[in-house]
Amino acid sequence: MSVLVFIEQRDGRVRPVSREALGEATRLAAALGGPVVGVCAAASDPDVAALGEAGAERVLLAAHARFAHYDGEGYAAAVEAAVRLVQPRAVLFAGSAMGKDLAPRVAARLGVGLASDCTHVDTAGGDLTATRPIFAGKAVQKVRFPKSPALLLLRPKIFAAVSKGGTRATVEPLALELSGPARERVLRVAAAAGGKVDLTESEIIVSGGRGLKGPEHFAIIEELAKSLGATVGASRAVVDAGWRPHHDQVGQTGKTVSPKLYVAVGISGAIQHLAGMSSSRCIVAINKDPEAPIFKVADYGVVGDLFEIVPALTAEVEKLNAHA
Amino acid sequence: MIQVVCIKQVADTETRVKVAADGKSLDPAGVTWIVNPYDEFAVEQALRVKEKDGGELIAVSLGPAGVQTALRGVLALGADRAVHLRHDGPALDALALSRVLAEAIQPLGASLVWLGKQAVDDDAAQVGPMLATLLGLPCVSVAAAFDLADGTATVEREIEGGREVIAVALPAVITTDKGLNEPRYASLKGIMAAKKKPIEERPAAGGEATLEVVSMSLPPPRGAGRIVGEGPAAVPELVRLLREEARVI
Repeated sequence: MSVLVFIEQRDGRVRPVSREALGEATRLAAALGGPVVGVCAAASDPDVAALGEAGAERVLLAAHARFAHYDGEGYAAAVEAAVRLVQPRAVLFAGSAMGKDLAPRVAARLGVGLASDCTHVDTAGGDLTATRPIFAGKAVQKVRFPKSPALLLLRPKIFAAVSKGGTRATVEPLALELSGPARERVLRVAAAAGGKVDLTESEIIVSGGRGLKGPEHFAIIEELAKSLGATVGASRAVVDAGWRPHHDQVGQTGKTVSPKLYVAVGISGAIQHLAGMSSSRCIVAINKDPEAPIFKVADYGVVGDLFEIVPALTAEVEKLNAHA
Repeated sequence: MIQVVCIKQVADTETRVKVAADGKSLDPAGVTWIVNPYDEFAVEQALRVKEKDGGELIAVSLGPAGVQTALRGVLALGADRAVHLRHDGPALDALALSRVLAEAIQPLGASLVWLGKQAVDDDAAQVGPMLATLLGLPCVSVAAAFDLADGTATVEREIEGGREVIAVALPAVITTDKGLNEPRYASLKGIMAAKKKPIEERPAAGGEATLEVVSMSLPPPRGAGRIVGEGPAAVPELVRLLREEARVI
C-alpha cells in the first residue's frame, strides 16, 4: 500500500518540513509494503524530481497559474485528485500553517478521519495508529482510522528526513480542472522582520518571562538567541502584558514546540507553559527561585540572577562560536 | 447580515488533566469549564461586524446540558440567539462534528461563520476548514487581522516567517487566532438581557465516526534534571554539559 505525501512549496522552494514527512512516509511505506508518492501544487515545478533523494519514488505535479500562492480550495482539489489516482493507505502533511489549513479540507472532501499534530505513527499488524499530544501536551492520545486513507498531520521537528543520495523521482503531471479564480485570493505575503524562523520549526528556542521585569530587557534574550542561532519565545504572562507579540507565545494558548534545546529564562513554569514545551529534547532553566516548577522539567538548571547569568552564557557561547 | 459563531466548552487551561475510567477521555471531576479561549476572539470580531453593519448574530454549540452556560455567556456579550445541539455521548471526531454543525448552519443563510482556530482540549484545529468545505464556502483559518468592506473580507494569517494577506468574498468561514482583537467583558446590562434571549435546544446525532480514540494517557514524566549551580559561576559547566552530555550546541 502506498503512502502519499503533500509536498509543500513556497516561492518555488520545497519546504524542509516536507522532507521530514517524506522521511516518515519512507518508514511507513517500508512497513506497509508500497511506494512513497508525492503530490505538489505549484505554479511551476520546484524541481520535485530532486525529492527522490528525500524518499519520493514518484511525484504528481499539479501545475496551475492559480498556485503562485497558497490556494486552499485549489490545493485540496489537487490532493483529492492524487488520492483518487494513487489510492494510498495514508496521506501525510507537514503540520505547518499551510498543512493545518489544507489537510482538514482534504479530509472533508474524502469523508475520512484526520489526526493532527502527530508525534508518532505505528503500523503494528498493518493497522495505523497515530500518537498525538492533546491539552497542549498535558496528555497523549492514540487514535486509529476506521476509514482509508488515514490522513495525518505531522508535528514539525519530530520526524527525521532520509537521504538517498542522488536518487531522482519520476515526475508526472496531475491534470486538474479548476473553475474560475481562487475564492481565497492571497494578495501578498508580508515577510517577518529579519526572516525570523517560526518557533514551531526552530532547532533552538530562548524564551523569556516575567523575570525579565520589562520589555526592554528582552535585549539580553535576543543576544543569547543570536549567539545560539535560536528563535526568541515568550511566556503567556509577558505576551498578555504586551511585552512581546502573540506569535512569540509558547504554551497552551500559544505554540507547542519541540526544539532540540529550549532555554527558559525568568519563566516560573505555569502548567499551561510547561504543556507547550515539555516535549523539547533538552530544557535549560534559569530562574532565581529554586522552587520554581520549571526546574521539575528542566534537564539543567541554574539558580540566580538572570541579569548576571544570561550575559555570561551569551559570552561563553560566543567564545565557543569563535573556536568553531 | 446574518453571522454565526461556533463555540466549544472546554476545560480551563489551568486544569490538571486526569484520565477518566474509560482510559480514553478527560476525567471531568473538579474541572472548571470555560469557553474555548480562541472562540472569544471569534465572538468579539463577530460583535464588531454586527455593531458596524447590523444584522443578527447566532451562537451555536454542541455538547451536554452544561454548554448552555457558555451560550448564555455569549448572549450576554451581545449575540441575539443561540442554538444548542444537545449531545451527551463521547466527544465526536472533528469531521462528525463538522457534519452536525454544517447541517444546523446551512439553513441559517449566514454571510460569516466564525470559529476559534482550535479548541484547547483536543488541539485538532480541523473544524473550521472542514465546516467550510462541507458548506461549500471559502475559508481563511487562523485570522490575526480582519477588515470588511463592500462584501469582501481582507484577512491576515500568520505563516512561517511572515503573514499572508488574503481577500475573500462573503459568505465565508473565518477561524480566529489570539491577537486578532481584545475580547470585551459582559456588562451587567448584557447579562440581564441574556436571560431573556432564546436558546433553542435540538438533539444532535453523532453519525459515522472517522477517527477512533484508542487511549488517552499522561505523558511520561521527564527524567529528573539537575541544578548545575548558582549564578554566573555555573555557566561554563552548563555550556560543557550542553556540548558534551546533551550534545545540543
